[in-house]
Amino acid sequence: MRIDVNSFVGAYPFRKLPGTSPDGLLRSMDRVGIDQAWVAHLPSVFWRDPADGNAWLYETAGQQARFRPVPAVHPGLAGWEQTIAGASSAQAPAVRCDPMYYGLDPVGSEMRALVKVCGKEQVPLMLAVRLEDARQRHPNDRAGELPPWAVRTLVRSDSRVRLLVTHADRPFIEEVHFGSTPEESARIWWDISWVWGPPEDHLETLLGTIGVERFVFGTGQPLRLPETSVAKLDLLDLSKEQRAAIESENLKTWIQ
Amino acid sequence: MLIDVHAHFLHDRSPRSDWPARNASRLRAGDRVGITVHVASILGSWGATSPIYFPSPPDIEYGNDFLLQLQRTNPARIRGYAVVNPNFTTHALAELARCLDAGMIGIKLAASRRANDPLLDPICRAARERGVPVLQHIWQHRRREYPGQEASDAAELGALAARHPGVNFLLAHIGGGGDWIHSLAVVRDLPNVFVDLSGSGVDGGMLEECVEAVGVERLLWGCDLTIDTGWAKLRYLEHMLTGDELELVKWRNASRIFPPTAFPTD
Repeated sequence: MRIDVNSFVGAYPFRKLPGTSPDGLLRSMDRVGIDQAWVAHLPSVFWRDPADGNAWLYETAGQQARFRPVPAVHPGLAGWEQTIAGASSAQAPAVRCDPMYYGLDPVGSEMRALVKVCGKEQVPLMLAVRLEDARQRHPNDRAGELPPWAVRTLVRSDSRVRLLVTHADRPFIEEVHFGSTPEESARIWWDISWVWGPPEDHLETLLGTIGVERFVFGTGQPLRLPETSVAKLDLLDLSKEQRAAIESENLKTWIQ
Repeated sequence: MLIDVHAHFLHDRSPRSDWPARNASRLRAGDRVGITVHVASILGSWGATSPIYFPSPPDIEYGNDFLLQLQRTNPARIRGYAVVNPNFTTHALAELARCLDAGMIGIKLAASRRANDPLLDPICRAARERGVPVLQHIWQHRRREYPGQEASDAAELGALAARHPGVNFLLAHIGGGGDWIHSLAVVRDLPNVFVDLSGSGVDGGMLEECVEAVGVERLLWGCDLTIDTGWAKLRYLEHMLTGDELELVKWRNASRIFPPTAFPTD
């Protein structure tokens, strides 16, 4: 069982991007052997109200058993608590928030309020550090990257909140993990999509220093080739149990 | 046959104490991926005693010597690019001759001097005379100066390539971060510029755009600092290209632009 926690459907506004349709995502999943995808709506990351994409996302995910919807929530717009409630009742595995794209202070009052409600309602919160390499982004795509101190601050701001952070590299992960208490870091999961494999062996290092239990399989597709996350696991000497933990088993504690 | 046209190795005078592990990891991962030959360079002392992108002549010689030794101890799977600093013209030309005579198969130009600078001309003339390609480090669309390097982009490489139509150039790491769309638009009509697919970038749509811009005949497979992303792009290409097209990207194009005796099957 391989679950991709970090995938998108819908058009990307900043460059031509193939495979953005639901069918395209399914073809890609079949190509690399992904059984289930946690899917977010890509266009609405850039909308004034990203929650406006959630209805389409729920409908799309409802038509495909291999999709699990990850609705977007903008805690600076009235009514956002209803998005959390809706996600909970729809059994969404998480909600996502992209504060840097929404123009929100990543540790401001809105984000802290979101973290509190996610913690109270036991709805995990997904945060992306970035979507593309900053060096290649469109000149008008100027949102900053989520900083590591924001993740540290957010996980400290509510003792119940669980965070899934995607697109983080090794320095980011290390800074947050070792800048948090064991109790705090146990509530953060990291996807492997942006962590380097050999010869730098960042992923191998992190699995040894931080632990297999903190990592989950994610790709960032279709913005990134999903083959990458499979390849970096294929390049490791993991036991069957370790590989299964990253590809799906670690999510069992998540979904509880 | 699979040729990685963009590899690096470290050595004992680089700042990293883990250099043996990194070198071993590259070879181990290469075996798993099926890389037949790593065509590699060493950029001087990697910053220990001169800047990575502005290596001193002594550091260049040490790095090139180390790579030549690696090539001798791994004759089946390592080949070298001779690294030179064009600011030291006399030294650069002598170092090229020395390294090519010793068995290196190409020239690596990092970022010591802008690619369109006349100081690169004698090096390119030497490349033409010796029949070796030039791998040029590229910052995909350089909009400003960057510290630590005199970076070039595809437009600047294009100017050099136009001045030296008899030399084949490798535009380094199209996936190495930066505006690859800008680079592809520039090199589309430059028949002596080949696109090296290496780099940590695995952007959806990038490989399609590469094929569309320069065709499979001018694509070269490589990894640079991340073999996982190289393998991912290879796996994607296996679905995207025909078998014959894939062979071009994997090794046949490289075999065409490097010296005839560069690779084992030759």
